[in-house]
Amino acid sequence: MSPVSRGFRHLRRASDEDADRVPPGQYVTDGFPVLSAGPTPHTPLGKWTFSITQAGQTRKSWTWQEFQALPAETITADIHCVTRWSKLGTQWRGVPVDTLLDQAEYDAPYVMAFCDGGYTTNLPIADVTGGQAWVAFGYDGGPLEAEHGGPARLLVPHLYFWKSAKWVRGLDLRGTDEPGFWERYGYHIYGDPWREQRYAGD
Amino acid sequence: MVTIELGPPHWAGHRAGQHLEVRLTAEDGYTAEREYSIASAPGEPVAITVERLDDGEVSPYLTRELRAGDELELRGPVGGYFVWEPGDGGPLMLLAGGSGIVPLRSILRHRLRTGSDVPTRLLYSSRSWQDVIYRDELGQHHDGVQVSYTLTRSQPAGWTDHTGRIDSALLAEVAWPAEANPLAYICGPTSFVETAAAALVGLGYPPERVRTERFGGTGGH
Repeated sequence: MSPVSRGFRHLRRASDEDADRVPPGQYVTDGFPVLSAGPTPHTPLGKWTFSITQAGQTRKSWTWQEFQALPAETITADIHCVTRWSKLGTQWRGVPVDTLLDQAEYDAPYVMAFCDGGYTTNLPIADVTGGQAWVAFGYDGGPLEAEHGGPARLLVPHLYFWKSAKWVRGLDLRGTDEPGFWERYGYHIYGDPWREQRYAGD
Repeated sequence: MVTIELGPPHWAGHRAGQHLEVRLTAEDGYTAEREYSIASAPGEPVAITVERLDDGEVSPYLTRELRAGDELELRGPVGGYFVWEPGDGGPLMLLAGGSGIVPLRSILRHRLRTGSDVPTRLLYSSRSWQDVIYRDELGQHHDGVQVSYTLTRSQPAGWTDHTGRIDSALLAEVAWPAEANPLAYICGPTSFVETAAAALVGLGYPPERVRTERFGGTGGH
C-alpha cells in the first residue's frame, strides 16, 4: 500500500457515471493535448498513400482519393493517453482496418504501423481487427488536424493512445512482435490501459 | 515555481532530459500521479522543478504543502527519447518555453559536469523577467554556451534582448544555421513547441534532428 502523503486531499474525481469508463491512474480532460516526438509532418494529399506491406513488398495501396472512396464509419470512443489523461466520448470518422486488411489477403500475427516522420508502433493483428481499429481522417465533425495526426491516423481506442499512430501511412505485416518507437524507449509492448501497462515490465 | 530536492534511497540514476512520476495518496486511498522533468543532472541529487497551476491537483500540494522530511512516492526515471549525452554531439540548439526550461537545464548541467565542449545555444522564452527561473545559473557565462531570452508579455526597463513570441524571424536570427548540422531540443507548451519545431524545419533542420517535449496544459495538473 502506498504511503499516505501527509496533508494531501483530492480535489476532484470523475463523476460516478464516468468512473467505470476511466482506467486506473487516469484523469478526465476536456482538452485534447498534443504529445508527439518531433515536428508535425505535413504530407500533401496528392502524395499521400496508405499501404499494406510485407517483407518489402506492397500488397495493397490506396491513394487519398481511393481511400476516401472506401466505406467509412463514425466512431465514438473514449481515449486514454499513457501520460494519464483520458478524453471521453471523442468522435471520429474513419475506415475500419478490417476493410483494409480484407483487401490485402493477409496472413500474419502482427503489424507495425509506419508513419510520416518515422514513427512506428507494433500491434497484434487481433487488436486491429474485429471492429477494434480504424484509419481515421475525421475528428469532431471536421478533417483531422495535422497536430492530432492528420491527414489520417490509426485509431485503436482500447489501447493506450500512443498505439493510435499519427500520420500513419501503412501497416507492415510481421511474423514477430517487435517494439516500435515508444516501445523501444521503454513503453510497454502491448499497452492495455485497464491493466495499466504503461512501461516495459508493468 | 519551486525546485524540490528528493532523496530516493534506491535511485538508479537518470539521463539528462528524463522525467519521473510523482504519486500522491490521500487517506482514503485516492491517488493522483503526475510527471515532472528532472531538473538535476545525472550524478546530482535528484530534483524536480514544479510550476504551481492554480487549478491543479498535484502542483499546489507540491509547491505549498510539502515540507522537508515528507515522503513522496516516485517512479522513474522515464523517457529515453528526449535525452542528451555528450556523445550525441551538437552543436546544441535548446529552445525553452516557460517551464520547458526544466529538462534543458538538466542537459546544460550535464554538459558542464562532463566537461563537454559542444557549442550550445539556448533561447528561453518567458512571459516576463520575473517568470524566468534558474536566472543566476543561466547568467553565469560558460565557455561554448550562449543564452538569449525573449520576453513575451513585459520587459524590464532597459531590456536589450528579444521580445515577443518565438517565430521564424527570431529563430533565423538566433538559431544555429542548418549547415552546422545542429541537434535541437524544444520543450514547453504545445503551441510553443509546434511553432518552434516548424520554424526550425523551415530553416532546414532535418526533422529527425529536432527533438520535442510538449507539456500538457490540460488543466489536470
